[in-house]
Amino acid sequence: MNAGTLAVIKAEGGFTPPGPADFDLPPIFAEVTKPMVMISLSVLLIFGLFYAMSRRAEVVPGRLQFAGEFVYSGVRNSVARESIGSEHFMKFVPYLFSLFLFVLVNNYFGMIPLVQFPTFSHSGYAYGLAVLSWLLYNGVGIWKHGALGYLKHVAVPAGVGGAMLLLIVPLEILSNIVVRPVTLALRLFANMFAGHLLLILFALGGEYLLFEADVTALNLLGGVGAIVMFFLVSALELLVMFLQAYVFTLLTAMYVAGAVSEEH
Amino acid sequence: MTDSIRAAEELNPLVPHLSEIILGAAWFLILLVLIWKFVVPNFEKAYAERTAAIEGGIAQAETKQAEADAKLAELESQLSEARHEAARIREEAREQGAAIIAEMRQQAQEESARIVEHGKTQIEAERQQAVTSLRAEVGALATGLAGRIVGESLDDEARQSRVVERFLADLESGTPGVN
Repeated sequence: MNAGTLAVIKAEGGFTPPGPADFDLPPIFAEVTKPMVMISLSVLLIFGLFYAMSRRAEVVPGRLQFAGEFVYSGVRNSVARESIGSEHFMKFVPYLFSLFLFVLVNNYFGMIPLVQFPTFSHSGYAYGLAVLSWLLYNGVGIWKHGALGYLKHVAVPAGVGGAMLLLIVPLEILSNIVVRPVTLALRLFANMFAGHLLLILFALGGEYLLFEADVTALNLLGGVGAIVMFFLVSALELLVMFLQAYVFTLLTAMYVAGAVSEEH
Repeated sequence: MTDSIRAAEELNPLVPHLSEIILGAAWFLILLVLIWKFVVPNFEKAYAERTAAIEGGIAQAETKQAEADAKLAELESQLSEARHEAARIREEAREQGAAIIAEMRQQAQEESARIVEHGKTQIEAERQQAVTSLRAEVGALATGLAGRIVGESLDDEARQSRVVERFLADLESGTPGVN
């Protein structure tokens, strides 16, 4: 849909396609916006739930504890230990576990009725997490190798020498220090933003075609198609929301693993 | 047009609000501390306890198994001892039985030999007695008979005895004297 047709539709008082403006929600009160409330709520929700699950942790788990351990051991064993190795991984389990839950719950806010807004479709929240992960893996690297040692660790891959270094060193620094946090943040933000935008588009478009546009066979067909697509995309989003939480956590674990490793 | 461009720039979703970066990071750090202090230790404690329980259970089972093995070995050794003992007793009994039988047989033989001996002795004695009495009687009879036949008085003791002796000697040597 190009600007010309958009202008025509607007001029006719027809359908207004959703855009970034739909993500700029008005404050609920004072300066407090919906994502602010949601992200605060997520912390209380996650902590409340997992504290209840782990408070009376016993050798033989009950139903709640079993569910909690399922998530915890997933992050602890298949993400942290697999990536970082059994020597150092325990130090990073709290961070990775919190990160996974934090991203997961805030993503699924996009699917919970009435809430229906993924917090990370506001890029600021994704940037915040990326900055923390960046500080973590670089900090760990400096703590492990010393500032200069870590710089060498990051910039010079093993087994590269001579003139190739001129090419490799800037690339490595760019890739490891600059690109990583940016992709980390943008991947999460863009997925949540695009997914939510698609859902708005199919929901509003279907509604418009079925109830507001002229009643023609084509419009009705398109409207039903849009509603069907809404459900299909919703199902896809359920998967994407989990995957993004998992990927963010896994990549952070791998960056940490790279920083603590003895060699590349 | 400039308005819409400015609005679009303001709404550029890639440009964050600083407040959101700070708020997001701050809430995450709060969650991190809470999880770190109150959730992870509980799960880890449960894991450690579970590991300990499983290892303890395994160790206990191993102890039990070792005890059972020792008991079994002891019982088996006792059993084989008992078997040896039984075999030994059986062997002894057989030997004793054989000895007893041999002894009894010997005793019986001795007894029978003794009885036979006794019988022989008795028969000999009786024969001797019979011979002696016979001798006296035959002498008397013969003398009487001869006296009657010959008419000669053989009352003389010395003579009578001499005749009988001679008669008997002839009798024994198998040479019939008078007849």
